[in-house]
Amino acid sequence: MMPHEQKSAGTGIIVVTLLVAGWLEVLPLPDMLEHLRPEWLALTLIYWVIALPHRIGVFWGFATGLFMDVLVGALLGQYALAFAVIAWIAALVHKRMRVFPPIQQSAVVFMMVGAAVLTAYLIQDAIGRAHLAPWLMLLSAVTSALFWRPVYGLLRWVRRRFLVR
Amino acid sequence: MEATIASLFSDSSSSGYRLLAALALAAVLMLVDHRTDYGQWIRTPAGYITGPIQYLAYLPVASADWVAEQSRSLADLREENSRLARQAIVLEHKAQRLAVLEAENTRLRELLDSSDRIEARVRVAEIIGIEPDPNRHEVLINLGQNDEVSNGQAVLDAHGLMGQVVNVGPLTSRVLLITDATHAGSVKVNRNGVRSILAGTGHPDRLELLYLPDTADVKPGDLLVSTGLGRRFPAGYPVAEVTQVEADPSRPFLQVRARPTARIDRASHVLLVSQGQSLSAPAADAEAAP
Repeated sequence: MMPHEQKSAGTGIIVVTLLVAGWLEVLPLPDMLEHLRPEWLALTLIYWVIALPHRIGVFWGFATGLFMDVLVGALLGQYALAFAVIAWIAALVHKRMRVFPPIQQSAVVFMMVGAAVLTAYLIQDAIGRAHLAPWLMLLSAVTSALFWRPVYGLLRWVRRRFLVR
Repeated sequence: MEATIASLFSDSSSSGYRLLAALALAAVLMLVDHRTDYGQWIRTPAGYITGPIQYLAYLPVASADWVAEQSRSLADLREENSRLARQAIVLEHKAQRLAVLEAENTRLRELLDSSDRIEARVRVAEIIGIEPDPNRHEVLINLGQNDEVSNGQAVLDAHGLMGQVVNVGPLTSRVLLITDATHAGSVKVNRNGVRSILAGTGHPDRLELLYLPDTADVKPGDLLVSTGLGRRFPAGYPVAEVTQVEADPSRPFLQVRARPTARIDRASHVLLVSQGQSLSAPAADAEAAP
């Protein structure tokens, strides 16, 4: 039972889950719900870092963020930076996260996603493209926290079903 | 998920260095992308991955439209058909007069010895995505490099100017709307030719006219048309309608609000205008520039 001695497997599955999360990220929503869109890519990234901290870390976060940058047409590096930070924090707290009760897990997810969206907001502000109130940005962190458990359950099923390690 | 001895003493110090490297790389990327055009080197190859995802995201909307289209009654279609036929007659009538006016305009321009306007070429594109970030007003259209779309092309709908192409991907292109907070363009009041700059505010139905003195003759209801002075937009297309004019003595300029004439939040098909030669300085416009 030493994960480090097992060969890594299922990188393709991880990439597929990230692509699906990207699809959810640009799916058209009614205007009212636009602020409430959970950060699907961030949630997926957090799950994989917590599940496989020995192979999914800062650089996966960076690459995922860069993917998001191109997908939503943001300044290149904006989400790359934010997601690298998320991945780093998630790797730091992954052992605690595994034993936290669901409510506490969601609270940590809220803080991680909140830190990321505010980082992205600061960068947007610096290039003069942010005019909405910052707390509106935090709404997506709230919904992300609410969606954390379902996403966690689904991705855990995916990981076991496809033997990702 | 069992924690092992090895991962108990995980290499947190090396992950700190990795974070530092990632932050530095991101900072360089942001600088390069903000100041130069080299960001295309990443965007273009990545566009082959994100393009299909954007098409897939449009699929639910497209299929809902298709279902709605299939389930319409014959009576509805007949009614729409007769409405369109009436509309076509009205438009053809206008087009007849247009031909005469155009010929007259050309003659007058010859008299004035100014260069002739080049007939703009138009193509139809479909909006396949709307920027999910509410801070930015951008849409995606279904034409890209492979369809010879170029940066700076003007985008119109049936009612007026919508925006311009700012980023051409391999399969899709990104259009910056005139309502985006970073967008501004040169317009004039159709009634009397007063020129000004029309800037977006970030609100979907509000634009502002900048730097108009208190004495300027602008009234609510005035139509603002593009001047072509910025060399981006073709001249003479309707852009916005003035909704509110406010003279505040404590401010140096008039506070003028306008509403875009294009149905920006409802359009599903748009027109891409290629201007041909008129981008290379029509003499009359250059003289008129302040």
